[in-house]
Amino acid sequence: MSFPWARQYQPTTEFGKFMDSRLPLPRFVYGALGAGYPTPKNLNYFYNFGVLAGVALVIQIITGVVLGMHYAADTRVAFDSVEHIMRDVNGGWMLRYMHAVGASFFFGVVYVHIFRGLYYGSYKPPREVLWMLGLVIFLLMMATAFMGYVLVWGQMSFWGAAVITGLFSALPIVGEAIQTWLLGGFSPDNATLNRFFSLHYLLPFVIFGVIILHVWALHIPGSNNPTGVDVKGPQDTVPFHPYYTAKDFFGLGVYLTIFAAVVFFIPNSLGEPDNYIPANPLSTPAHIVPEWYFWPFYAILRAFTVDFFFIPAKLMGVLAMFAAILLLFFLPWLDTSPVRSNAYRPLNRALFWVFLVVCLVLGVAGGKPAEEPWVRLSQIFTAYYFAHFLIITPLVSRFEKTLPLPSSISEAVLAKYGNGPSSSPGTGVGGAAPQPAE
Amino acid sequence: MVRLGALAVGLFFCIAVLWGAVQPRDAVPVDPVKEAHQYPEKITWSHNGPGNLGILGTFDRGQLQRGFQVYKEVCSACHGISLVAFRDLSALGYNEAEIKAIAAEYEVPSIDENGEPSTRKATAADKFPPRYANEVAARAAQNGANPPDLSLMTKARPDGTNYVRSLLLGYRDEVPASLKASAPEGLWYNPWFHSVFIAMPPPIAADGQVTYTDGSPQTKDQYAEDVAAFLTWTAEPKLEARKETGVAAVLFLLVMTGFGFLSYRRVWADIKGKKAKA
Ligand code: HEC
Ligand code: HEM
Repeated sequence: MSFPWARQYQPTTEFGKFMDSRLPLPRFVYGALGAGYPTPKNLNYFYNFGVLAGVALVIQIITGVVLGMHYAADTRVAFDSVEHIMRDVNGGWMLRYMHAVGASFFFGVVYVHIFRGLYYGSYKPPREVLWMLGLVIFLLMMATAFMGYVLVWGQMSFWGAAVITGLFSALPIVGEAIQTWLLGGFSPDNATLNRFFSLHYLLPFVIFGVIILHVWALHIPGSNNPTGVDVKGPQDTVPFHPYYTAKDFFGLGVYLTIFAAVVFFIPNSLGEPDNYIPANPLSTPAHIVPEWYFWPFYAILRAFTVDFFFIPAKLMGVLAMFAAILLLFFLPWLDTSPVRSNAYRPLNRALFWVFLVVCLVLGVAGGKPAEEPWVRLSQIFTAYYFAHFLIITPLVSRFEKTLPLPSSISEAVLAKYGNGPSSSPGTGVGGAAPQPAE
Repeated sequence: MVRLGALAVGLFFCIAVLWGAVQPRDAVPVDPVKEAHQYPEKITWSHNGPGNLGILGTFDRGQLQRGFQVYKEVCSACHGISLVAFRDLSALGYNEAEIKAIAAEYEVPSIDENGEPSTRKATAADKFPPRYANEVAARAAQNGANPPDLSLMTKARPDGTNYVRSLLLGYRDEVPASLKASAPEGLWYNPWFHSVFIAMPPPIAADGQVTYTDGSPQTKDQYAEDVAAFLTWTAEPKLEARKETGVAAVLFLLVMTGFGFLSYRRVWADIKGKKAKA
């Protein structure tokens, strides 16, 4: 309970009192997601995406567990067992499309969630651990989705597994041994499929565990907000329930509507047609591409085309791809500006949008065959990606001129709506800042 | 310290990747295959519904039956549809007796009374047997080419339904001059195929090749369209159920979201009220 004015749970029924002194689970939920969690009152719709990510995970787990009842992890029958789900299992096509499209949506939601954090400086003190736990979830998601995609045992499954595990073979000395160890053989085969199924089943529950830590770490300092200014007192907050439960329910409705439209009307639009061809170790597809959510990292991987002194190009690509994610763990110490929200950092705000465009271009380039102009574009934008975090951000946070901060959330909210005191230092703010909740 | 380290790492990656960016590129010769390659022609399908958007739409049962006929009389000589069971044909409008009769035309592996491997007539519960026992047998019979199973074909190619139709109608006699020299012996020129030379002999060769009983035009165009529709069904037999469920689900969610919005406004009314008065 971080704020002294947080409402305390009061058991009202006999049963409630009984439980409260034995296993205070209702008290825990009340404090985490109920009226006992005071939340800044100016959160905008970008703050819905955390809850949406949680729902996306639950959808994956529910659909996945039922798929697992009908799926067979054996290279001879895996592909056909997926088609058995699509054709013969009651509602199987729906489960399978929800699971496949659900993975894409999960990543979409998490990307918005991460960029939200970048824009409002949510990685800054005192939320560094919260940010890093989020990155751990992201890494686990990538591993989970990669292994899930292999389960289908289509052409892209097989060749994706070969390419991605092949990355490890770029490491000097131990590389080949690591690849063999990961695959359980020299190329993707039954041993690979079995261990990937086992891990694909396990990791979502590990993610679930890390999410609990993530939410725990959130509730210590409380939520950040679009002004980035700390909560000063009860006038700045509203209880999570009913205010944000109502808002999250509405957001969830919008999300599920879009999700359903894709699942039911264009379920294969996000996937690769090649994965409807059964895996064939003897025939390499013309273009091996991962799912769209890996494209930016795939572009970085392929951007390194020449050896750098004694480091082979392939190893550089692998190092860069991992570094591109791992460097985010250091962001709280690279961006030292005391101002959190980009609403008050005009220069950094502009650079944020540049960076977003850079990531989108890398995403497009990563989905293309390795041809010009995409290779050169990937190279220039990869350089910018690293420069953004490792060179520009530290410099900007040192030398930029920030705008005056409002003295409190309430004041910023009043200023935004034109009824605030005219002397409000927050009035000059606006520009590209997303609208706070009305 | 962190910043100095970051600067070093940042420069390391930037220089390494930009070093690649400034390398001169070899001029890429124009690839005559790419030049000749054609993308599928988009036509209107009843299963794509209004506006051909693919959002609504149902199969045309008559067309599926004609497509099945084309498959059976022409394509099945070389291609299987081994993910489809005979009983699934009820979705095309065949009754039980008709399905039984169709199944009985096929032999499936079995064991005789002495436990020896043998074959028996297929039943409605069986799947269409694969055309060839394995890839080696297929290649041996087909001059080294491997006719793929067609069950999932329309989902296994970009814009698959249009692709199958375009491919079947896409055989051309004149090979472009740039490709003449490299034209492989024994392959047919078809710019819709990814490598533009295909091992499949033109399966739909002439008008009147298949005799329709429902009075539909017996043209190459019609055959290609019908069999492409049929293969769309084999790839996505639950298409109609999917779209129907989708309409119900989206309508339900829209209403739910509408109520969600109203309750959100109502819950927040006091906060907003205060704001306006302040
Ligand atoms: C004489 C045997 C034969 C007949 C009859 C035949 N095909 Fe083929 N088909 C082949 C072969 C061989 C290939 C492989 C071509 C290659 O890989 O070059 C093939 C490939 C295909 C492909 C895949 C092309 C691709 O993109 O890989 C499709 C689709 C196809 N056939 C559809 C049909 C349809 C529909 C019919 C019936 C109207 C039909 N075929 C009749 C032999 C045949
Ligand atoms: C973090 C959550 C999860 C993610 C991101 C995820 C992702 C994926 C992806 C991308 C695929 C390939 C989809 C396709 O193209 O068909 C897949 C398949 C599969 N997943 Fe998951 N998954 C998750 C959780 C689970 C869980 C908890 C299970 C439980 C067993 C599960 C079981 C399966 C099965 C059986 C398949 C193969 C069948 C199919 O292709 O639909 N998944 N998963």
